[in-house]
Amino acid sequence: MTTQKNSLSIALFSVLFGLIIGAVIMLVFGYNPIAGYMALLGSAFGSMQDVGGVLTQMTPLILTALGFTVAQTAGFFNIGLSGQALAGWVGAIWYSLSFPNMPAYLMIPSALIIGAGLGALAGAIPGWLRAQFGASEVIVTIMMNYILLFLGNNILQNTMSKGIKESAETTKQVGANASLQMKWLTDLTQGSSISAGIFISLMMIVVVWFIMTKTTLGFEIRAVGLNPDAAKYAGMSAKRNAVVAMAISGGLAGLAGTIEGLGNYLNFFTQNGSPSIGFDGMAVALLGGGSYLGILGAAVILSVLKIGGLGMPMSSGVPFELVDIVTASIIFFVGASYLIKLMQARIKAMDEKAAQTTKAKKQVAIGSANDSNQKDGE
Amino acid sequence: MSLMAMLALIISSTLVYSAPLIFTSIGGTFSERSGVVNVGLEGIMGIGAFASVVFNLTFADTLGAATPWLGLLAGAVVGLLFSLLHAVATVTLRADHIISGTVINLMAPALGVFLIKVLYGKGQTAPIAQDFGYTSVPGLSKIPFLGQLFFEKTSGPAWLAIFVAVISWYIIFKTKFGLRLRSVGENPQAADTLGLSVARLRYSGVMISGLLGGVGGAVVAQSISLNYSASTIVGQGFMAMAAMIFGRWNPIGALFASLFFGLSQSLAVVGAQLPGLNNIPSIWLQIAPYVFTIIVLVFFFGKTRAPKADGVNYIKAA
Repeated sequence: MTTQKNSLSIALFSVLFGLIIGAVIMLVFGYNPIAGYMALLGSAFGSMQDVGGVLTQMTPLILTALGFTVAQTAGFFNIGLSGQALAGWVGAIWYSLSFPNMPAYLMIPSALIIGAGLGALAGAIPGWLRAQFGASEVIVTIMMNYILLFLGNNILQNTMSKGIKESAETTKQVGANASLQMKWLTDLTQGSSISAGIFISLMMIVVVWFIMTKTTLGFEIRAVGLNPDAAKYAGMSAKRNAVVAMAISGGLAGLAGTIEGLGNYLNFFTQNGSPSIGFDGMAVALLGGGSYLGILGAAVILSVLKIGGLGMPMSSGVPFELVDIVTASIIFFVGASYLIKLMQARIKAMDEKAAQTTKAKKQVAIGSANDSNQKDGE
Repeated sequence: MSLMAMLALIISSTLVYSAPLIFTSIGGTFSERSGVVNVGLEGIMGIGAFASVVFNLTFADTLGAATPWLGLLAGAVVGLLFSLLHAVATVTLRADHIISGTVINLMAPALGVFLIKVLYGKGQTAPIAQDFGYTSVPGLSKIPFLGQLFFEKTSGPAWLAIFVAVISWYIIFKTKFGLRLRSVGENPQAADTLGLSVARLRYSGVMISGLLGGVGGAVVAQSISLNYSASTIVGQGFMAMAAMIFGRWNPIGALFASLFFGLSQSLAVVGAQLPGLNNIPSIWLQIAPYVFTIIVLVFFFGKTRAPKADGVNYIKAA
């Protein structure tokens, strides 16, 4: 409980410091920080379409952040979320374009399962390589990000049949049978690309929370993460749990990619780099401090920054990249939380010292009063 | 195409693509030998590329052909300053090394493109006027056969990088500084007991990686991309990290790994011009460096052990 409380205050301080750094940078380069941040808020909450944009942005970030957290609980640092998301994205789009006549009630669940399954596979490989051979999952997942990026582009450019492609670099849009967009949501948000994906994401917060805290599987994953030797001694298989945890992690990232494909973009196109939802999701998880409610809060904050940032150049002239600088700074302060803890300790110490001196003064005053009383008594 | 011309093409393009990887992977070696994991190499390269392009665009008229070489220096200085962020976070503020490195990677393109927009009003710069191009090494290029292959119309930065690799090997394994650097990466407590400053040595390790990573980025910008945008550095930093591991945290190993990765990258680019190779889909050449790194990690793990205290923060007892 105390650690949770602690990480909440660290998160809030980090966001504050990040915003201050953004303001200082705006000042240095001759922009008005108040106008800049007002423009940010305006374009994140100005209309229902903006709110829809924020929710669309949050959708995959919640899932990749959940994925990162599950892996971290098991003692893994999954940097491969972007590659795993990409695998889900390409797979789901390819599958749904290949069966344009399948009814939606079959298509959507099966496409979600295929996308998540591909992500799970991409996550299980580094998990197994570490459990079996001790190969660092950080390096394997980084390498796999690039392998999956090049493979994904290659599948699009050379393997997919011409019939499902718009051009050499883009697939056709998926049909209504595979789209996750819902008419009432689109109308409500004035044509934003929000989809039913947001409900899947919110549901997954509960599902993952339940699995990790209320089931034997979750208990074993946590135990292995805390102390693999003790877990092994208690009869749990560290190897199996490592693979399962990384598969769940990758599966959530794959689901995020699938929803980006079937809900947000509705197609796949040549990627210049790994999708940013991987690293942004990692930022959400770190800011969320490993708590499930924290992930939701952090996803809101970082999505508001991202969508709000899009409107900054128009109304205040501040380049969009400022919000990425702010985001990076926020994570810097979360990572270097020792700084904030140190400051908190210092403030507390100063408070205590101040309290002690006033107490001491009081005692001195009481003491001298007693003295004078005694003197009077004599 | 004659055999000679084919070989010359492969060798020169391999050198061009290897040069940035050699500099950066050796930088990573210094950092990790001191015990600080540096996944931020990608970001450091990016900021080095940014600095060198701005320098090049600003001074090309006055400095002429010397501009790209001085641009390397600009990349080195800015890379070093930028790496201080990583050093402060990991050594002084005890941050997780992977998180801090990720911050570096998130920060670099954001800061670079932000400043480019402030300076030039658009998201990518104009092409630079003075690039490295191809140079001939005076004297050596006159050697029959070999001179023509290796020293004529070749990459200047690559030969500088090879020289830096040899020097770095000497520094890490044959000097007092190198011994001390390695000792804080293996057992910081023992090093501390012997009176070495763990913090100062780790700062120097990270700063050298910033310097060399900045140079690496400057080489990419001034010999391959020829301008700066968010997509100037996409993956070269991670590939350099792979080369460092492939090279077993040894500058000479990193040199050969980088040459190998450079070969595979250059074949993906020029392969279409070469008979025999144009039948292999370029995708296999593109992913080869990454696949080989995983294979090496998995099958030679016993031999590719990282420095013992790599990534472990040293907290001195009060």
